[in-house]
Amino acid sequence: MEFTTHISVQNFNVFYGSQQALKDITIDIPDKKIIVIIGPSGCGKTTLLRSFNRLIDTTEGVKVRGKVLVDGEDIFDPAAEVTRIRKKMGLLSQHPYPLPMSIYDNIAYGPRIHGTKNKKALDGIVEHYLKVSSLWDEVKDRLHSPASRLSVGQQQRLCLARGLAVEPEIILADEPTSALDPKSSRRIEETFMRLKQRYTIIIVTHILRQAKRLADYVVFLYLGELIEHGPAKEILENPRQEMTKEYISGAIS
Amino acid sequence: MNRVDRRKIEEAVFKVMMVGSTLLIIAVLVVILATVVVKGMAAMNLAMITQTPKGGYYLGKEGGVLNAIVGSVYLAGGATVLAILIGLPVVLYLNVYAKRGGRLAAFTRFSFDVLWGVPSIVYGAFGFTLMLFFGLGASLLGGIIAVALLILPIMCRAMDEVMRMMPKELLDASYSLGATRLETAMKVAVRQALPGILTAVLIAFGRGIGDAASVIFTAGFSDSIPYSLFRPAATLPLAIFFQLGTPFPEVRERAYASALILTVVILAISVVSRLLARRFTRHIVR
Repeated sequence: MEFTTHISVQNFNVFYGSQQALKDITIDIPDKKIIVIIGPSGCGKTTLLRSFNRLIDTTEGVKVRGKVLVDGEDIFDPAAEVTRIRKKMGLLSQHPYPLPMSIYDNIAYGPRIHGTKNKKALDGIVEHYLKVSSLWDEVKDRLHSPASRLSVGQQQRLCLARGLAVEPEIILADEPTSALDPKSSRRIEETFMRLKQRYTIIIVTHILRQAKRLADYVVFLYLGELIEHGPAKEILENPRQEMTKEYISGAIS
Repeated sequence: MNRVDRRKIEEAVFKVMMVGSTLLIIAVLVVILATVVVKGMAAMNLAMITQTPKGGYYLGKEGGVLNAIVGSVYLAGGATVLAILIGLPVVLYLNVYAKRGGRLAAFTRFSFDVLWGVPSIVYGAFGFTLMLFFGLGASLLGGIIAVALLILPIMCRAMDEVMRMMPKELLDASYSLGATRLETAMKVAVRQALPGILTAVLIAFGRGIGDAASVIFTAGFSDSIPYSLFRPAATLPLAIFFQLGTPFPEVRERAYASALILTVVILAISVVSRLLARRFTRHIVR
């Protein structure tokens, strides 16, 4: 599989206090593909994902060694500007957390802090991204009612639209469907399939069937180590490593 | 006696004790309110709330306690504003900037607890010392400073409680959109905690308006409505205190009328705070 590299992880280590969460990870994340990170719980999937937008900064006692290059820029360089790095990436977490404001203000929050003040422009952004995340038809008549009143599935699509509204290049999703019912999960998956034309999408999941449905590229982590990575077909159907085989067949979890 | 019977009796005894204690609390509230209302209504009239004391007020002649009503509202209002200006940044710092579970945060919270327990007369004495140092006489400003110190720990702790309940993921959601900590604090944390902040502010206001000991030396007393921060100001608690201390029964009755006014003000604040808190919970994310 030929690809251009979007994120390049080089000899990357993360420590929580004395505990090492990621061990010497080196990997190139391809551009405009769906990359699925799999592995048993506690293997460092979420830590790796949260490293990409430096959200691990907010965890206490965290130490980082090695490099993560996004578009060739080392994001852990002390001179790197964290708000600009984060703006490049939209985040979907396990459970949707809409901001404590209206549906409209949730989407407009990001563009506003990055300097878009024009009402017409904001209206356009809100409508556009709500349509992208296929929420528009359900909420167009109540844009100014609280986002907290939406169902969990709608909230997750709102969070996706909110993330996209800051015009990122990358979507980070941490088990984005784990709190959702099957129908909402499918809608999120369908949206991802559409969005991969324009974005690099990195998804953490423990649902293997979801990985099979979505992945172009698979990364398998186990206890903080990178065991295997490669095109989805190879890894999921013909893993080279014994450990990957066992995980995929359900022997380890 | 077999085991089953014993457990049933235990259950019954404790239930009676719990119901009894609950009724006692309600009874205390009812008796206090009843005393204030019954004794206060006797001396209550329009003049009490529309006039300042006339010449012989403290001898039982005409006039009212408008000076103390306005003085109390100015004083507690000023103190509340001052306490918000100091308290809100502290609480935002603790919950958005400082390390969760860090030593500075723990020590600050411990300080709130200690300051909470300091008797209000000590704040009065401390405020008085401050005023002497700055060459300020008994004045509205002095009272505002002393009361602000008194209600600051109360307000901070109440705000801190609600902010600590805020899910960390909510802040992460804001950071992941490229927001700075300040933007996250002002636009997300404050909004999420708004009902709690309002309640904290009104609790603090209620506590401030009802306190006598902290203002006795700092705010002084005056029969006129304060028109300057540097003039002495009357307060309702002190008006009650002075009137109860007179040998004239008519004046002592007016103390109860003043107490009734103070109680009504505080009750109104509680009701308003409940309503406001409910109004602002609609955006809260759980």
